[in-house]
Amino acid sequence: MKTEISFILNGSEVRVAVEGHHRLIDVLRGPLRQTGTKEGCGEGECGSCTVIIDGRAVNSCLYPALEVEGKSVTTIEGLQGPKNELSVLQKSFVEEGAIQCGFCTPGMIMSAKALLDSNPAPSEDDIRNALQGNLCRCTGYVQIIQAVKKAARQLKGRR
Amino acid sequence: MTDFYHIGKKASRPDGPDKAAGKALYIHDLERPGMLYGKIKFSDHPHARIKRIDTSRAEKLIGVRAVITAANTPEIRFGFLRDNFALKKDKVRHYRDEIAAVAAIDPETAEEAVELIEVEYEPLPGVFCPHEAMKEGSPLIHESDPQGRPRTDNLIPLKFHHESGDLEAGKRTAKYVAEGEYSTPMVQQCCLGTAGCIAEFDMSNNLTIWAKTQIPFLAQRDFNRALSDMGLPGKNTRVIVPTLGGAFGSGLDTHAYEYIAILLAFRTGRPVKIVYTRTEEFANLSPRQSSITKIIQGCDQNGKLTFREVEVLQDNGAYTSWGATYPSVMMMPATSLYRVPNVYFNARLVYTNNTFCQAMRGYGNPEHTWALESNMDELAEEAGIDPFDFRMLNRNQPNETTPMGLKVSTCGLKECLETVARKLDWKKKRKKGKRSGVGMASLIHVGGGGRIYRSDASGLILKLDDFGNVNVFHGGVEMGQGLHSVLTLAVAEALGVRPEQVIINPTDTGTCPWDVGTHASRGAFMACNAAILAANKLRSKIFELAEEFFPRETEQNLKKYREKNPGYKPPKFDVMKAARRDRFELHDGFIFIKDSPQEPWLRLELGRLLRAVHFRTQGQMLTTEVFYDPPNELPDFEKGLGNISATYAFGTQGAEVEVDTETGEVKILRMVAAHDVGKVLNPLALKGQIYGALAQGLGYALYEELQSQQGKIMNPNFRDYKIPSVCDMNFPIDLEFIETDDSYGPFGAKGVAEPGLVPTAPAIANAIYDAVGVRIRDLPITPEKILAALKKIK
Repeated sequence: MKTEISFILNGSEVRVAVEGHHRLIDVLRGPLRQTGTKEGCGEGECGSCTVIIDGRAVNSCLYPALEVEGKSVTTIEGLQGPKNELSVLQKSFVEEGAIQCGFCTPGMIMSAKALLDSNPAPSEDDIRNALQGNLCRCTGYVQIIQAVKKAARQLKGRR
Repeated sequence: MTDFYHIGKKASRPDGPDKAAGKALYIHDLERPGMLYGKIKFSDHPHARIKRIDTSRAEKLIGVRAVITAANTPEIRFGFLRDNFALKKDKVRHYRDEIAAVAAIDPETAEEAVELIEVEYEPLPGVFCPHEAMKEGSPLIHESDPQGRPRTDNLIPLKFHHESGDLEAGKRTAKYVAEGEYSTPMVQQCCLGTAGCIAEFDMSNNLTIWAKTQIPFLAQRDFNRALSDMGLPGKNTRVIVPTLGGAFGSGLDTHAYEYIAILLAFRTGRPVKIVYTRTEEFANLSPRQSSITKIIQGCDQNGKLTFREVEVLQDNGAYTSWGATYPSVMMMPATSLYRVPNVYFNARLVYTNNTFCQAMRGYGNPEHTWALESNMDELAEEAGIDPFDFRMLNRNQPNETTPMGLKVSTCGLKECLETVARKLDWKKKRKKGKRSGVGMASLIHVGGGGRIYRSDASGLILKLDDFGNVNVFHGGVEMGQGLHSVLTLAVAEALGVRPEQVIINPTDTGTCPWDVGTHASRGAFMACNAAILAANKLRSKIFELAEEFFPRETEQNLKKYREKNPGYKPPKFDVMKAARRDRFELHDGFIFIKDSPQEPWLRLELGRLLRAVHFRTQGQMLTTEVFYDPPNELPDFEKGLGNISATYAFGTQGAEVEVDTETGEVKILRMVAAHDVGKVLNPLALKGQIYGALAQGLGYALYEELQSQQGKIMNPNFRDYKIPSVCDMNFPIDLEFIETDDSYGPFGAKGVAEPGLVPTAPAIANAIYDAVGVRIRDLPITPEKILAALKKIK
C-alpha cells in the first residue's frame, strides 16, 4: 500500500508515493534520485546518511519516510549556491583536506551544518559532540575539525 | 634541494568539490538501464557437506529473473592458489561460502528469494584455531589441492623463509636475550562505502564490470579467465573503477560476489548489481589476518643486536587470497628493521574454518612490527639501556644492504627517532610518570614500489588537447588516499603547466595503460615517476616543434603588441637565432626562451602552439606514453632474499598515555609521528595519510577485533565493532616529515600510505608499560587485559 506524502526538499515542495516500511533514505536515493546522501550501515551507527530535518541533524536510514510529511528536509544537494558553487562549509572541507574517499563527507558536512546553524561559534568540544555520530575511516578527523573551525570563523566574518 | 612551483605546496584535491557536493558517483549510486539486483545465499554452517539445494520456491517468486547454483553454472575457480569457487558444489568450508545467488528486479525481491532457498547439509567437525588445525587428525578443510591431489594436512603450501649469518653464533655472543609471543586479531578494513560491482555483457559477450578494485588490470586477467571457464574463450573484460568509498587493501583480490554478478549477468542478459550491506561486509568480506609471532632477540653487552629469531603462524581461514603472502612483507622488518647480523625467519599459514583473510593497509608489517618493536623494548630493559638509546644504537643507516638484500638508499631513521624523542620530551617523561608514560616504535616499509608480481610497472599516457590541457590516463586507483591530487601536481610540475590544466581521467582498463595495482604504498611513487618520464618526452616534442613555430607565432604577437602600444621599441633580440630546442622553457602553460628579455609578446601560450601544429597540413596532435618499471627485484621468498623496493620508507611514532589503574582505560595524551617521506609532495594530502593511518593504528592498538565464535562473526556492525570516532581522536598529533630527497623517488619522494599505521600499536603498548609496568602482548589492549595484568604484578 503506497501513501503519497509531501514535504519540502531543499526549498521545493515534493510529492512522492511511499510504502510504510520505506525509510527517508530510500525515498531520497530512490524515486527522488538524490544520491548525495550515502548509506554506510543502515543502522544509524555511521552517520553517512545524515540530513537536516527542521533544523536537526538526523540519520535518514532510521527515519520513517511517512514521518517526513509536511517537514523541511535539507540534503547535501541543498547546500550548493545558485551559480553551481560550494557553500563556505563545503569549500572549507575541500581546502583543509577534510575529504579523502568522500563517502562520509555529505553526512559529515550535514552534521557540521546543523551545528553551525544553531551554534555559530562552537568550541572544539562542541564540534566533536556534533560529529561523534559520523564515522570516517580515512582522515583520522584532524582535518575535519580544522575545516569546521575555519568555516565557523569565515561565516562569523560574514555576519 | 630543487625549488618547485607546485610540489611541496598545499593543494586541495581535484575530486574534492564533487565529493563535498555529493556528486561523486560510487558503486552504490550507479545504475544501468534494465539493471537487476543480485543477492547471495551464504552457508548456514562453518563446515559441512552440501546434500541438497532446493531453489524451486525462489525461482517461482514474481520478479526473480535467475537463480544460480554450482549445479547450473560453469565452475569458476579463483583465489591466490585457485582453491576457491564462485559457487560451492559439494562442501562449505566457512560461514561465508556462496551456495546460490539470485537476480531480481529490485533488492527486496532478491532478498526475499534468497530466504526461500533451502539447503540440506551434513555438518562436519570444524577447526577454528590455527594450532588445532596443524594437529594430526584435525579435520581437513581441503581434502584435495586445486590439481586434485589428496591433501593430508591443513598447512598452506607456501614457503616464506630466511636465514642469514650464523644464528647459533649470534646466540652465543648475546649477553642479553628477550623472548616473547605476540598476537594480533583479525580486523576489518571498514571502508565507509561497502563492496559492490555491476556486471554487464554486450551482444558480443564481452564484459564490462564496474568494480570496487585496487587492481583493475589483474582483475581483468582474472575475469577473462572466468569468461574462458564460462565457455567464452577470447572474450574480453573492461574494468571501470568508479569513485571508491575507501579500500585499504580490500580491493587487492577479485571476489566471489564479482564472479557471481558476472554469472548472473550472463544468465539474464542484463546488467546485474551486487552491493554488500554493512552486515554482509563484516561477515563476508575478507579481513586482515590474525597472527601469532614468536620472537627471540639478543644483544651484546654494549647493546648491539646479535641475533633475531622469528616464527610466525597465521590463521588464513578457509581459502587463499593474496593475503596469504603477508609473510613476504613480514620478512622485511624481521630481517631489516635495525641492524641485526644473524636472522632466522619462518612463517606458516594454515587453513581453518574461519573467514578467509586478505590484504589490509601495511600487509603483514603492522603485525610484525607489533611483535618486533614490543620485543625491542623488552630487550632494552633486559640490557638496562633506555629504549630510545637502544634503537639509536641499532638503527639503520643510509646506503646499507640488509640481510634480506634490501638496498637502503636514503634513511632518515636517525632523524625520526631523535625528533620523536625531542617532541615527547623523552628523557624527562620516561619512567617518571605516575600512571602516565611514553613509548616509541619505528618502522621500515617499501617506499619505492613493491615487486610481489612479475611486473611492478605502471604505464601513463599524457594527451594534449587544442587548448593546452593535459589529459592523463593512468591505471592506478584513487581510493581516497589522494593519488590524483599528487599526480596532478606532478604533471603540472614536470610538464610546466598549471594544475587546472591537468585532467585525470577515470581508471578504466579500456583506456588506461597497464598498472599492477595500487598497493604497497606505491601509487604516488609510481604515478609521479611515470609522469616525470612522460612529461620529459612531451617537452622534447614541444620544444622541437617550437623551433619552427615559436618565431612565427611570436612575430604575430609582436605585431599585435605594437598595434596596442604605438611607439613601442622591442629590445634587440634575435628570436630566430635563439629558438633552439635546448633553449626553450615551458612554465604555467607558456613557452618562452630561457634568458630572453621579459617581454609579454615573447611568451607563447601552449594551446596556440598545439593548434598551429594540429591545423597545418599533415598536422599532428601530441600524445605520449611511458611504462615505468622501478629498479627493484622480485624476491625469492623461500630464501627471503631480494631487493623488493627501489627505496624504503622509515619512521618513528611516539605516544604519551595515561592509564587508569582502577578501570584499565588508556587515555592517549598525545602522539608524535616523524616519517622519512623523501620529499613532501602535497602537505595536505600527506598529513591526511598519516593522520588517517595513525587513527587506524589506534583502533588496532586499543579496541578493534573481529570476533569469531566457531567461525561465525559475532560483531558484524559498528555498534559491536568499534572504529575510532572523532571523540576517540581527541588528542594532539604532532607530525614531522623528514626529507631525505631520495634519488629514486619522484622529486625525491617515497611512498607513505601505510607507514602511519605500522608502529602505532607498539608505540602505545610501550608507553603503557612505561606508565604502569604491564606488558600486553596480545592486541587489542583492552581495559580487561590491562586490569588482569595489573592484578598479576600486584
